[in-house]
Amino acid sequence: MVEAGNVQAIEFTVNGERREATVASRQLLVHFLRDSLGMKGTHIGCDTGSCGACSVIVDGRLVKSCMMLAPQADGCEIETIEGIAKDGELTAVQRAFHEEHGLQCGYCTPGLVMAATFLLRRNPQPSEDEIRRAVRGNICRCTGYVNIIRSIERAARNGAEEAA
Amino acid sequence: MSTTPADTAVEIGRSIGVSVPRREDRRLLQGQGEFADDVWMHRQGYAHFVRSPHAHARIVSVDTRRALALDGVYAALTGEEVKELCESPFFQIAPEPAAKIAEYPLAVDKVRYHGDAVAVVLAETRELARDAAGLVDVEYELLPVVVDGVAAAEADAPLLHEQVGTNVAWHGVFDWGDVDWALENADHVVEIDHLHFHRFSSTPLECNAAVVHWDPGTDTVQVKSNNQMPMFASMVIGPTLGVASNRLLFASQDIGGAFGNKIGSYPQIAALALLSRKAGRPAKWTEYRTEHMLSCGHGNERTFLDTRVAVMKDGTILGFKTRAFDDAGAYLHYEPLGAVIWSQVSCGCYRLKHLHVDYTETLTNKCPTIPNRGYSRLQHLWLIERIIDIVAHELGFDPVELRKRNYVQPDDYPYETPNGCVYDSGDLPRSLDIALELIDHDKWRARQRELGRGSGKRIGIGIGSTLDSGTNNFGQARIINPELPFSGNGEAAYVKLDLYGEVNVNLGTTPQGQSHETTAAQVVGDVLGMGPEQVHVTAGFNQQQNTYVAFSGTYASQFAVTGLGAAKGAAEKLRAEIIEVAAFALEADAEDIELADGMCSVRGDQERAIPFIGVANLIYANNAALPTELRERISLNCRHVYVPPFEVPDPDKKRGNLTLTYASQIHACVVEIDEDTGHVEILEYAAVDDCGKRINPRIVEGQVHGATALGIGAALYESFEYDGDGQLQQASFYDYHAITALDAPDIKTADIESPSPFTPNGAKGMGEGGGAPLHAICSAIQDALGDQDAIVSDSHNPWERVWWLVHSGERGEPRGVRVSAQAAASAEGES
Repeated sequence: MVEAGNVQAIEFTVNGERREATVASRQLLVHFLRDSLGMKGTHIGCDTGSCGACSVIVDGRLVKSCMMLAPQADGCEIETIEGIAKDGELTAVQRAFHEEHGLQCGYCTPGLVMAATFLLRRNPQPSEDEIRRAVRGNICRCTGYVNIIRSIERAARNGAEEAA
Repeated sequence: MSTTPADTAVEIGRSIGVSVPRREDRRLLQGQGEFADDVWMHRQGYAHFVRSPHAHARIVSVDTRRALALDGVYAALTGEEVKELCESPFFQIAPEPAAKIAEYPLAVDKVRYHGDAVAVVLAETRELARDAAGLVDVEYELLPVVVDGVAAAEADAPLLHEQVGTNVAWHGVFDWGDVDWALENADHVVEIDHLHFHRFSSTPLECNAAVVHWDPGTDTVQVKSNNQMPMFASMVIGPTLGVASNRLLFASQDIGGAFGNKIGSYPQIAALALLSRKAGRPAKWTEYRTEHMLSCGHGNERTFLDTRVAVMKDGTILGFKTRAFDDAGAYLHYEPLGAVIWSQVSCGCYRLKHLHVDYTETLTNKCPTIPNRGYSRLQHLWLIERIIDIVAHELGFDPVELRKRNYVQPDDYPYETPNGCVYDSGDLPRSLDIALELIDHDKWRARQRELGRGSGKRIGIGIGSTLDSGTNNFGQARIINPELPFSGNGEAAYVKLDLYGEVNVNLGTTPQGQSHETTAAQVVGDVLGMGPEQVHVTAGFNQQQNTYVAFSGTYASQFAVTGLGAAKGAAEKLRAEIIEVAAFALEADAEDIELADGMCSVRGDQERAIPFIGVANLIYANNAALPTELRERISLNCRHVYVPPFEVPDPDKKRGNLTLTYASQIHACVVEIDEDTGHVEILEYAAVDDCGKRINPRIVEGQVHGATALGIGAALYESFEYDGDGQLQQASFYDYHAITALDAPDIKTADIESPSPFTPNGAKGMGEGGGAPLHAICSAIQDALGDQDAIVSDSHNPWERVWWLVHSGERGEPRGVRVSAQAAASAEGES
């Protein structure tokens, strides 16, 4: 039920920019990013934390932003897909997805780019098994994951340092 | 492992057949795509549907007062009000009596499935809309439920649509050749009691969404959505809303997967249109995942009873007879077209001559079905592949040899099937050989023998032979309902030279990952002598570009033929116009003009040249310099409609050429089954694709991967099941286990190219696949079972079912199959 006036002021950093906002206590972080900040690159695929399309990085940890409330972002540093490429220059992960045809419809792609970026920061040379485990929470219905795995392997080979 | 490398070094004008990099990627990789929920309109409200918690109930009352009392709630609509606002219920494809089904954008009087929409509210925010929907008071009076597609046909089953008088939505007998003769004269008759193809869907990761604005200023209805077959949607909802098609304006850019499922969002779009008009605001709706699972549409569930197969001693299969029951769910969305679409592949990959299918489509208290990747053909292909493996298993044939003996052979093409379809080209035995080599068939067969029994593990080798029929002849709808004024197919494209000599392409399709911008640029670039990167293809669909026919959209494995046929035709028209203008400007003969890299020059004299910008200037801004005849005729704006060469099928004999192309996918796999748990592990998986001339091999391979994973998911993990009360058991990704990176095997791929003689470019539509993984995995499980075990009779084989199968023999469970007594005598010693 609506609880009028149940709002909260928060301060946070998104893609390096310091921001302030007043958010409804019940608002999901993903809805805050999309609806309030207009950052529509973060997608919604399930509402239950199962699909990973809404993955962002919060304080260095990979987070499904449909599983976090906007007020919980107070004081946090958030990275979203919009902040990954610097000045339009694709990162090693993004380039690898392009080169290995690791995307088709592109809906799961922002979440997978975030998951792969997070993985390679922690583990620059992952095994295939480690890659599969790292993206097991990201559902893709187009690629059968074959070229996604190859993309992340390629990103690791060609530019782990850039992702770091 | 076959991997097709991306190739950036493309010779100008020769990009077809090259894996040029995708031009869609850059925006999608940066989160810059525009998906339906990314579209916002000024003053929009958020819509939320109120959905029935019951599978079958009378609506006693719907009271929206508590919802409307909330601050920020703009409007609400109920079924009763919607009925008053609509000119008519949705048009039905079905003939009488199912034509009497009166479906409106919201349920009227009754709800008929768990998730049926009874009301919709519009509010200032997403959250408020959801709260308000929760305050709509609906009183229901429960009715008896039918969830079984076979039982629904019985006379005493609860009726879904009383005015229809039956739950049978369609019934017909397909009878080609002489199956009774075949069964009498066969050396063996194999009888299979019951086969069941289960419900699942591709569950695109992006749910349905739309922003609909009934604009009072222009009296147009703007629909920005991810509907994948917008002109079909327009034809269905236009008359219901009383809106002419030129005022019902669909558009979309990026679509996050669709797989046929997003054909089905038209009832919601119609409801949003009425809600928008009532509220005087754009109505924005984004389906929740649970809402999607409950109500977006599921793939067709089909049961085959009393299948009898006529087999000769040498393994030649003459044909079969079966009774099919297809469960369409509560309303007919696109159905009952599925009741004929399977017959595009009536005999599968095989030279079966005698076929008899008694086909019934029923209405049940379940989510309506909607086309799902491989629509209606994969159910039938699964039946045929089950027949092949069960015949092999029962009569002791090698499944590989049995297939090769019965396959349509390479020199049979063009091959006419018993119902008049024409298979265009292919080489099935070679495809199978390649697939078997990729999985190392001989090694695993030896390993299987070594393993024997007692290790607790079993090895199974499976094959799935499929056709991906593409480019429908919509005349097949007349086999369902002879009154329908549909036939043929087509797609439109627009190619123009713009003001400064830029080449621009507009398509009539709604791509959802199939890379239409990339492949259309290849085709157009080749015609105009430019690299694909020099051709701009407008992203997405926009009705106001006038690049559509009634069949426009992206579905049914056809873009490579219809969409690219249209783009090629339009580019050829533009090429001719450019050459005419250039010939005038260069004072040369048109035959001597060459196009290369955006320049028109005179053959043998490169100095005499005019760039595309010069040609564009003459037509757009400098036309007094042209002869009257030329400037009045040439616009450099060229529209082309590709029309495949079809005739109207014969509804009485249920015969005709129903699709133009037949890509094949032959899959093979090796599985290991744990006898204690029923766990199935895929040890090897290979897919061999033949879709004729490949425009962009890497894009083809990507779609093969995707179709394979969805099929494996369906075979082992994914299922929509209802309990006896009609409650859906898998309404989120917690319960519906969409295949993940941990479940999906690596997939080996290979290809052969048998160009289609019937298409503009030798290509065949592909992408749906024919459900080959379902067939291959069932085949592999069957291969691992003993002679006393039950046959694999369900397309869905989770651990518990596999465990039941591997222990069915020792428990004396019914096997579900027999070789008939009369035939057994002649087959003595062979089974």
